[in-house]
Amino acid sequence: MSALLSARGLTMQFRGLLAVNAVDVDVAAGSVHGIIGPNGAGKTTFFNLISGLLRPTSGSLTLDGQDVTALPPYARTRMGLARTFQNIRMFSDMSVLENVMTGMHTRLKAPGWSALLRLPGFRAEEREARAQAMELLEFVGLADKADGRSGSLAYGEQRRLEIARALASRPRLLLLDEPAAGMNPAETRELAVLLKQLGQRDVTLLLVEHDMGFVMDLCDRITVLNFGRKIAEGGPRDIRNDSSVIEAYLGSKVAERLAKAHGA
Amino acid sequence: MAEWLDDFLFTYENLIHALGIHGLLALSMYCVMALGQLSLGQAAFMGLGAYTGALLTLKLGLPFWLVLPISALVPALVALVIGGPTLRLNGVYLAISTIALGEVLRVLYINAESLTGGALGLSGIPQKASLWLVYGLLAVCIAGFWAIGRSRIGRAMEAMREDEMAAGVMGVNLPLYKLGALIASAMLAGLAGSLAAHSNSFIGPNEYGFEAAVTILSFALLGGIGTPIAPVIGAFVLTALPELLRPLADFRLVFNGLIIVLAVLFLPRGIVPFRLRRAP
Amino acid sequence: MLSQQLVNGLVLGSTYALFALGFTLIFGVLRVINLTYGFYFSVGAFVALWLARSLGASIWIALPLGSLAAGLVAVVIDGILLTRLRRTKAGELPSLMVTLGAVLALYALMAALIGTEIQRFPFGFVGSTALEFAGVRVSLVQMLIVGTAFVMVAVLFLLLQYTRLGLMIRALAENEDAARLMGINVDATVVAVSFLSGLLGGAAGVLIGLNFNAIQPFMGEAMMLRGFAVIIIGGLGDIRGALVAGILLGVLEVLTAGYLSSNAKEAVGFAILVLTLWFRPVGLFGRAQVKRA
Ligand SMILES: Nc1ncnc2c1ncn2[C@@H]1O[C@H](COP(=O)(O)OP(=O)(O)O)[C@@H](O)[C@H]1O
Ligand SMILES: [Mg+2]
Repeated sequence: MSALLSARGLTMQFRGLLAVNAVDVDVAAGSVHGIIGPNGAGKTTFFNLISGLLRPTSGSLTLDGQDVTALPPYARTRMGLARTFQNIRMFSDMSVLENVMTGMHTRLKAPGWSALLRLPGFRAEEREARAQAMELLEFVGLADKADGRSGSLAYGEQRRLEIARALASRPRLLLLDEPAAGMNPAETRELAVLLKQLGQRDVTLLLVEHDMGFVMDLCDRITVLNFGRKIAEGGPRDIRNDSSVIEAYLGSKVAERLAKAHGA
Repeated sequence: MAEWLDDFLFTYENLIHALGIHGLLALSMYCVMALGQLSLGQAAFMGLGAYTGALLTLKLGLPFWLVLPISALVPALVALVIGGPTLRLNGVYLAISTIALGEVLRVLYINAESLTGGALGLSGIPQKASLWLVYGLLAVCIAGFWAIGRSRIGRAMEAMREDEMAAGVMGVNLPLYKLGALIASAMLAGLAGSLAAHSNSFIGPNEYGFEAAVTILSFALLGGIGTPIAPVIGAFVLTALPELLRPLADFRLVFNGLIIVLAVLFLPRGIVPFRLRRAP
Repeated sequence: MLSQQLVNGLVLGSTYALFALGFTLIFGVLRVINLTYGFYFSVGAFVALWLARSLGASIWIALPLGSLAAGLVAVVIDGILLTRLRRTKAGELPSLMVTLGAVLALYALMAALIGTEIQRFPFGFVGSTALEFAGVRVSLVQMLIVGTAFVMVAVLFLLLQYTRLGLMIRALAENEDAARLMGINVDATVVAVSFLSGLLGGAAGVLIGLNFNAIQPFMGEAMMLRGFAVIIIGGLGDIRGALVAGILLGVLEVLTAGYLSSNAKEAVGFAILVLTLWFRPVGLFGRAQVKRA
């Protein structure tokens, strides 16, 4: 399998803090790749580097064989990258449907003047876009809310809308930052089904998630980050039995519980 | 034309001209604010258009159909120089450098006396901007913004206003959109300035400073920016009101300033709070 | 000739630096471009003028009280305009717009109440003696300006570096949420910063009023053009940068007026501002955070 995305020595330093520290990762085309690690491990920062919201302090990134290290986010989107955010970022005033259509930005080609004159070509493209957006909304189960204000959706619905919006650009690589966060078990199960269907649509998935069952069930390969460093990588079974992972994880989990107990 | 209409137009001709021109200025403000940018240079761009237009007409005797596009081009170039670097920076840089532009141009108009007439300004500009032209342009611009607003460009603009980072991730070329909007808005303001110069027959250096910039901003803040018509309505209200409330006199600017404060704090969507639907 | 101009430039530059210091302090800590800042400048000058004229106060009374009054005005204005926006984390542009509307209203109100004609300090308010070293004349007013600016800047630095309040201010500048978590009283710190900036702006108003001996409500507006140039050249929020950029601008303006033309002087600041934006947006010392988060 060839790597759709490769990071080499990827490093991000904030003042003194090395949030991502010399990370090498290859995401195989067609795979579902998980990134796990305790809070503050650098997972979101890693995603921000991949999507171009941050420039790495050093290291390089290639997407489909092309060096994209210096490209701005919009250029990466054109190359087939899409993402969702850990803290949902909705265009809240827009309708649900308009959010998805905004996700199609890079695919709609009718020039500005044809929109200005409302030429038939432009109108046909818009109708087609609307139909495709409705399909995506059906796929994530939000078709009946299409005309509602997106900011008024329930939390789990907003997460699904973000996925639909990201899919609207027909990405080859989709980054999902904690897609199941805040969902109840039933919603999480539905989400897993949805993501499995995506795999069949030729979308490569790179996802950050805390729900271990979810990750183990879904991912072909898992990378573990701790304090910005990659500490392990392998299939779900290897990771489950890797002692350094258990220590990093349990160690911090226990610490977290203790901190919570003290705080309360 | 009916006689009463003639009378009406004659009595209020200046006001009616001003309404149309302020409508265009409000649209130029809309053009940048619709994507979440703040330019305070609309008055400065207007002034550049006014001086360019007046000088071309007075000194070179160019025909009006040629004067107008050049009046739009000059502010566009200045917008490019100022906007080029600021658009990759935090939004306050554009705001600051455009206010500064207005101040520096005012001083330059006053000092470059041989060209601009100094503090006295330029007078005797022929009145070539007919009401038809002003309102025709206003109607075309509103329709244009409306049509664009209902396309992927309009969706990208609203996305930028709501969450610039997410808009970039959707594939919107942020610097291009910002620069395009700033240049379009400078051209529109320049046109409005040139039209104003060719309807008032007089222009002066103090008409395009800080106060004018704030007044133009107040149009868009009062009206709102949910649809292109909203800022125009804001401009109409704020232009007609002082005319009706003459007793305000010296306190007119206090009133304009307070409108901005109150609109930002308590009426963030303006008095025309509807939003354009952006899907077929 | 040149050395005399350098001295004049230095004096002018000190007032610019003093003025811009408060302006950049507000942005550095509170993340607001507060356009009412120019109004504090006018307030300082007018309060000092009123004290001098009506009560016959000396400069040693008028200068501190004028600055103090401006500081108090700054606290009140900030409280009325920005508290709500800070609470809702409305961002930089709405805050900028509110202060823009407010400053227009305030100037217009002041002009309507006081009138726009130029007013002057009473004759002999500051003695007209001057010292001469090697052909360079330095007037008493000029020494007063440089001395006051120097003392205020030094006190500000010491305060920021070595006091508990300074620590609170620096923590707030770094990260508001973190400061709150550390148990810092953010609201009190905001008040302190507003007061300090008003103090600096007011003092600059009195000193510049003295320097040109011309006081008028809109004097703060004209000064803002210098303020914008200095804080951008120095790097938004960078105190040291504002200090150096202010003095630099003063010197360059005086030299331009001397060797080029007094018209060109007005555009010097703006020209450097635009060049800075193109070539060094992070400012002189490269410490401005220019990107959005
Ligand atoms: N923009 C930023 N500036 C400074 N520090 C940051 C920034 N973004 C993240 N960090 C820090 O980097 C570390 C990693 O954060 P993050 O990537 O969000 O972790 P995760 O997503 O794994 O929980 C944290 O210590 C966080 O505080
Ligand atoms: Mg995270």
